[in-house]
Amino acid sequence: MGASGAEVRGRTLTGRSLHPGSGTGALLPLGAALSFWGGVDQEGTVVDHHHPQHGSSVTGRVVAMRSGRGSSSSAAVLAELIRSGRAPAALLLVEPDSILVVGALVAAEMYGTSMPVVEVTPDQLSGLPGGGLAHVAAGEAAGPATVTVEEP
Amino acid sequence: MAPALPLLTAEEQGMLAGDAGPATALGMRLVVGVARATGAERLVEVASAHGDGCLYHGAAGLEFTERLVEFGGRVRVRTTLNVGSLDLLHPGTVRADAALDTNARRLMDAHVALGCEPTWSCAPYQAGHRPSIGSHVAWAESNAIAFVNSVLGARTDRYGDFLDLAAAITGRVPFAGLHQDEGRRAELVLDLSGVPGELLDHDAAWPAVGALLGDLAGTRVAALVGLPGDLTDGGTTEDRLKALGATAASTGGVALFHVIGVTPEASTLGAVARSGAPVIPVTAADLRAARDRLSTVTEGRLDAVSLGTPHFSVAEFAALASALAGGPAFARSLTVYVSTSRAVLEQARALGYADTVEGAGARIVTDTCTYVTPVLDPGVRTVMTNSGKWAWYAPANLGIDTVLGSLPECVASARAGEVVRDGRLWG
Repeated sequence: MGASGAEVRGRTLTGRSLHPGSGTGALLPLGAALSFWGGVDQEGTVVDHHHPQHGSSVTGRVVAMRSGRGSSSSAAVLAELIRSGRAPAALLLVEPDSILVVGALVAAEMYGTSMPVVEVTPDQLSGLPGGGLAHVAAGEAAGPATVTVEEP
Repeated sequence: MAPALPLLTAEEQGMLAGDAGPATALGMRLVVGVARATGAERLVEVASAHGDGCLYHGAAGLEFTERLVEFGGRVRVRTTLNVGSLDLLHPGTVRADAALDTNARRLMDAHVALGCEPTWSCAPYQAGHRPSIGSHVAWAESNAIAFVNSVLGARTDRYGDFLDLAAAITGRVPFAGLHQDEGRRAELVLDLSGVPGELLDHDAAWPAVGALLGDLAGTRVAALVGLPGDLTDGGTTEDRLKALGATAASTGGVALFHVIGVTPEASTLGAVARSGAPVIPVTAADLRAARDRLSTVTEGRLDAVSLGTPHFSVAEFAALASALAGGPAFARSLTVYVSTSRAVLEQARALGYADTVEGAGARIVTDTCTYVTPVLDPGVRTVMTNSGKWAWYAPANLGIDTVLGSLPECVASARAGEVVRDGRLWG
């Protein structure tokens, strides 16, 4: 699967799709797991005071983290961010997180917006650069997904 | 080519195809979507559900729930409900604007229309919903998940908004994660035998243990050894495990912990721990550091005290009423809130505890909680709580400072109008 049309120069990794979709945005690797409920406000800003990326915006970013953490209300917060257009462009996770997958599934059912969620390995996560534009293309769940990070 | 997973029974295929109506089909698409993502090979039937989608987070949750109602959806299994955004028994407690008031009520009504029980509590396990050991259930709300898995020994994975209702309507969840024996094994062991007994007899030690557990375990299953007594002798009580689990689910993503010799699956360490699981010794200093991370201030004037997160139990009401009996009322410069379920409040009223607590000046909040919806006065800046979960989330949710203390410390502080804590036990 290509990264949506035009050839992009950069490093490509292949992960496992948890939810289909395609998205492009600036990469935002998180230094710790993030709970969307209690951790991200309705504008898409990280408001968890304990979190290293406190104050950053997730909107339109390709958010990479080890896992979703904490509250099971994160599904509703994520679905609402997708509905309001303030969601990440894509999520990259090491641990398949059913709560975040459900948020993406419901938003796709209700609003027709399919935000990709991709499982990556711990090595792939730690090997990501600190920023740069990332293109994510994920097929049906359990199938392959590609993440291409452009060279600056 | 291998068949696509999960493998569905004929009945489940029918549900997906719409034979049981469009609400069941929508629910099944979500359950199957998650099963694919998590790699589950099949689904499993559940005996009950606890839903937490009744707290208003925005239009998406309301529109989803009302769509299920429009589709004629009905839960197939007993389904209790978590807190909503309103206190329906005490109008005026929540300072909701007109939009929140309308939307929050619509969301709660839509859940009841699906056949869910209006329990409105994050501690359904202390309000009459106690699944049997080994039964498969679909519970949402991180503290309730930790409690039902750990303390009751029923089996749920981490469910949240949407999937809770999908499971309740289809009666199915993916057979994965904590539903399977393999997923319930402890990957690490916390040894608390080096912590002085006097400290573990201090209520505030338990959210501190939870905070440390969350830090060390993350989302992994852990076992704890060296905690005192058992569930019936006043040592490792249900309320202490409730506080521990709620905090561990907040600071980490803990959904199951085993207390060796106490919780139902954990007769011995060998019965629950993976061989070679690392053993981490815990000291009083570790617990002090964990406690300190649950406070943004340590002293000074208080504007409020918040108790009952997760919802206060009858036993906690008894302890609070006992601490208040014959003593002075709370300082008039602050407000004391006690959050509980309507089921527990009914018992606390019958037993006289609620009158004692209100007589001292406390406000009892039901159906919701003081950190998820506007309850505290706008001028509140500093709040003491006995809850590690409240202390963890309130600074971000409410923009306030918090300080953690035991129930007796909260009572002493509420009387003094400022923080009163006994630091001697913490080493």
